[in-house]
This record gives sequence, C-alpha cells and structure tokens, in this order.
Amino acid sequence: MSRIADAFARARADGRAAFVAYLTASYPDDERCLAAAEAVLRHADVLELGLPFSDPLGDGPVIQRASEAALAAGAGSERTLDLVRRLRARTSKPVLIMSYYNPIYCYPGGERAFVRAAKAAGADGLILPDLPPDEGAELIAAARAVDLDTVFLVAPTSTPERLRLVTAACRGFVYAVSVTGVTGARADVPAEVADLVNATKAVTDLPVAVGFGVGNRASAARVAQVADGVVVGSAIVSALGRGEDLGALAADLAAGCARTA
Amino acid sequence: MQVPTIQGSPREAGATVRFPLPDARGRFGRFGGRYVPETLIPALDTLESAYLAARQDTGFMTEYAAALRDKVGRPSLLYLARNLTERLGGARVYLKREDLNHTGAHKINNTLGQALLARRMGKRRVIAETGAGQHGVATATAAALYGLECHVYMGEEDVRRQALNVYRMRLLGAEVVPVGSGTKTLKDATNEAIRDWVTNVRDTFYILGSVVGPHPYPMLVRDFQSVIGREVAAQLEAAEGRAVPDAIVACVGGGSNAIGIFAPFAYLGERRPRLVGVEAGGHGVASGMHAASISGGKTGVLHGSLMYLLSDAGGQISPPHSVSAGLDYPGVGPEHSYYAEHGIAEYVPVTDAEALDAFELLSRTEGIVPALESAHAVAHAIRLAPTMGKDQVLVVSLSGRGDKDVAEVLRLRSGAPLEPTGTAAAGEPTGSRVDGGKGAAA
Repeated sequence: MSRIADAFARARADGRAAFVAYLTASYPDDERCLAAAEAVLRHADVLELGLPFSDPLGDGPVIQRASEAALAAGAGSERTLDLVRRLRARTSKPVLIMSYYNPIYCYPGGERAFVRAAKAAGADGLILPDLPPDEGAELIAAARAVDLDTVFLVAPTSTPERLRLVTAACRGFVYAVSVTGVTGARADVPAEVADLVNATKAVTDLPVAVGFGVGNRASAARVAQVADGVVVGSAIVSALGRGEDLGALAADLAAGCARTA
Repeated sequence: MQVPTIQGSPREAGATVRFPLPDARGRFGRFGGRYVPETLIPALDTLESAYLAARQDTGFMTEYAAALRDKVGRPSLLYLARNLTERLGGARVYLKREDLNHTGAHKINNTLGQALLARRMGKRRVIAETGAGQHGVATATAAALYGLECHVYMGEEDVRRQALNVYRMRLLGAEVVPVGSGTKTLKDATNEAIRDWVTNVRDTFYILGSVVGPHPYPMLVRDFQSVIGREVAAQLEAAEGRAVPDAIVACVGGGSNAIGIFAPFAYLGERRPRLVGVEAGGHGVASGMHAASISGGKTGVLHGSLMYLLSDAGGQISPPHSVSAGLDYPGVGPEHSYYAEHGIAEYVPVTDAEALDAFELLSRTEGIVPALESAHAVAHAIRLAPTMGKDQVLVVSLSGRGDKDVAEVLRLRSGAPLEPTGTAAAGEPTGSRVDGGKGAAA
C-alpha cells in the first residue's frame, strides 16, 4: 500500500477525513517553506508541494503571487525536488508534487526522467491540473513503472463518462474540485459538492478528497461530512505570507477534518 | 509521418473541401491537444460538437458568409503593389488587404464566426483576451452586433500602451479588465481569460483570438480565417490566371492571419507554394529579446496546447519581446508548429528595426500604413522579392492597418527625422528600444 493510500486508510479508521495541506515550494524561501511543512504536517496527513510555474492558470491570486515570489527568488524543479528530499528525511507522511505540465515536459530527459527523479527524491505522487488523463498516457506509464501515484481531478462539470475515465487513471486518491473556478478560499463550499463526491464514489473505490475554496475549520468540517479528504491550500499559503502561526491554523483545520466543528 | 494532401482548388479548401487536420484527438502531428483543467474538458467537447454541427448547417454558414460580406466588407482587395514591385525589381508583389476590413484587421473574420456560434449555443456572455487590442475591439464589435455581454482581459502594460483601443472597446459596450499578474501582457491576459472561463464555463463563451489554445480552438479559428487564403486563390485566378502564387509571406505571433492565408495552400502537396511565416525577431534572436517561438524556442505546453514555445530550461515561460504588441506572445499555434516540423512552411525572424523600416517604406511607396505586425511580413517580402523572377508572384498578408501604431512609432523615432529606408537603423537615437537590427535590404 502506498503512503498516500495508507494515510487515507488510517484517517478513515480514525473516523475522520484526511487533511491534505498545500504549500508552494520555496515560498517565501526554502527554509521557511520547510519549517512551514513541518509545522503543518504535525496536523495534516498529506502534503502537496507546489512546484511553481510562471503561468498557473488553475490558481487564484494567493497561489499566483506565491508562485511569482518563489520564482523571482530562483525556485524551480531542482529546488522543489531538493525540498522533497529534505522533507523525506524528516517525515514519513506522504508528499505529492503539484505543478503544471510544462516544467515536467521540459525537465532534462523529459517527463519520464522527472517522474524517476521525483520518486528518487521521496515523493509519493504527482498532481498536474492542466494534464487531463487523456493527454497523460506517457506520464501515467512512467509513474506506474516506478510506483508513483497519479492524482487527477474531477470537476462539477465532469460527465459520468469522464468520471469513469479520470478515476481509472488515479492512484492514491481522486481530487474533486468543489466549484467551477480556480483555487482560493471562498466564503462557503457549495452543497452540490456532495453530489460530485457521491457520483465519483459510485465509479471508484479510491478515496475522494475535495479541494478549492476550503479555508477554515467550518468549511473543512462541512466537506469532511461528505468526503474522505479535505485539501486546503490558499488559506495556508496566505497565512504563511502574513507570517502567522501555521501550527494553530493547521490544528484548527485538522479539527474540522475530524468532523468536530 | 506523411503530410496529408487535399485535391481540388485552394478556392474551396476549408469550405467545401475540409482540411485534413487536426485528427480526432485535436492533434496536428504531435502538436495541439487539450492541456486544460478537467472543468473545461466537457465544455470543449460541447464546443466541438456545436461547431461541427454548425458548419454542416447551411443556415449558419449562409449567415456567416453574409456577415463577412455586409459587416466586414469582404472580399478584401488583393492589391498589386506596382511601386513596391518596381522598387524591389523581382516578383510581382500583391498585398492581401485585411487592413481594409471593418475594425482594421483580420481579427473580425474570426470573432463574427465565434459570436454567431455563441449565439447558436445560447451563451449570452462572451470573454476574450487581447494584446494590442485588435482582437478585443473585434470581439467587442461582434458582441455589440449580436447583443452579447462582453468582457475583455488585457494586460496592464498593454492597457497603458494601447489607451485608444481600450476606449474603443468601452465605446462598443465591452468591459475591459486590466490584468496585473506576471508580465502584464497578452500571455497573462490569456491566463486570466481562461480563469474566467473555468469559473463561468456554464454560461460563457470564450472567443479566443488566435490559432492557439486547446482543441477545437486552433481548428475553429483556422477555419474562420481561411477565407483569406480562399479569396487569394480566387482573386489571383482572375488577375493572373493561376490560383496558386509562387510564395506567400505572413507575420506570425500566435499565427491566425498566417494560418488563414496559408491553410488553403498548405495541403496541396506538389502544388504547394513557398509559405513563409515571419516571426518577431525583436532585438535579434541571439539577444534573447524576441518573440520568435519557432526560430528561437522549443516545444512545450502553454494555454492548452503543445506547440513551439519560449521557455527556459526549467520550463518556465520566458517573457517575449516585440515592438509589435500583436506578435508579443511566447508561443505559436500547433498547426504552424506542425508546418515547421514537416517543412510545409518556413519560419524566419525579422527584427524590430527591420519592421520599422518596412513600416516606413510601405507608407512611402504605396501610401499604405501597415500595422507593425504586418510590417514584419513586408520586411521579409523586401528580402524575398528581389530573389524571385519578374514572372513570379509573391503574396503578402497585410493583416492590419497601422493607425494604432503611429503614436508608438513616433515615440520610437522621436528626435530623429525619418531617414530614407536602409539607413534608419543607423540613425537611431541612443537609448532607443530598437537596436541591433539591420536596415531593410531594399
């Protein structure tokens, strides 16, 4: 069982949703990113580390700005992989790399080489929101060959046919996007998210984690009622940018995931 | 891989004779595809089937043809540039006058087609990205004609540089949304338009302005623009007794005017003319300050499509540079990428300085002020025509008019009087953005 599958299974056994936390790699710099990851992982079950991209068209303003700042300070593939390596030395929790396709495509040696490098660094999975499984045959094959999980996204607009196609390409978990839109905390998570989670669970046995728009304990708790996992990104990155105590925020979000709102 | 061919006259290519590409997966060879978030995939499926149905529908195609005639003023002239031909002393140079279209450029051919499609699909809200503002103005015009709500995304830098077009769009009833992320130019405006579409996909139609983006956009925009090449074939047949010229030259940013004039000729096999796409060489490809994605880039994925792209070793998109805002884009459409890889067309860079010289030369010799984008094509025609025989025919796509660029050229040439062509680059004032280029070889 992969570290990711294991983390979801353990959360399920505890009667809570898994807490998946996102951080932009090298933001605000490598050391503070690493410290933030450690602080968050005291409460989170899974970490998504964002390899920054110059044109993150699936992201809202918070992650756009964090990516720009990280890139301006020299972030990129090698430093992200290095952060994964350093994190792997400090935690046994699963770490996924989240990015866009071009940095992976352009990696020296191509996507196969990136997948191998990610695995060697200690990553457990890969999420690329602009690579639907239809275009990802080569990446999926490369990931299977080294046992790296591939997480694809389902959306409120996904047809039943697409839900089957996307979930069949997933390993570890399925990422359900709560709203049509980009990343970023919102006032609330729409009630229809339950419909998407249920429709997804009807075609797969994999755990389903919900992301986009979850930013506080209350919304985490609402999502935790219907999903196997809760993904929080912008709210954490935003707090990190303001220099706030991430431990307190992560504890609060974890309480939401434990359905104790 | 074998390049597919089509039979018959280029007068029909893209109309009654379908283009052989893209394939069912939206690919031109290995280029193209749909690299977008899952949220948009069902919308792209719907758009593709709606378009495929529309182009089979005589009612729709008749309405589109009528719009091109009555609202754009098509066919646009194919104009024999006698003075320029005489000056260059080689091939007979014809200009395809897209600058005479309503709104002043080729962009309207596509926006009317997509706006009609939006209306057919019951979408009341349209969005667009724009660089120089030409596609934004053409979209706002189509939206005004068909009563659609229109939002145009434009980089803050371009909003500043193209204040007049911003006002034109607002006058036409569109909302112009300045984009402050990234380089604050066309690529960032496109990111923001895609973010809007992801958010409002259920009721919004995205009118994309070039032959880029996820499938079916490169096909859709190519088909709507291919009227340019079909008209060239028909007009040349009347003027010269032959539908196919010896060479066609067009400027390439994303590549929509070039695909429009190339595509009807690109799949003719042995009968294919020489096709030359002119990329924005900026300060010279070697300087790194350019927008020549084929001449100076490598393959990659941006805005939903695999294509030639300017990106650094780590896969981060490199900021492009061109004196012409319409060519200032870091990628080039998948069909052009395919043409380049298979030798169907060749792609050459022209520097800012060469384009400025050509801008002035065409103004003086023919009394036509071209858009700075189109001036890149003219600059290469100035090189190419003298190498061709007097019995040969060279067609240049004059994609737009230059009124929008007059203020910028004045600024660039400020202080220095306009020099005769060929010496202008040497006469550049110190500190000008234009340097490193050679004068046009007239």
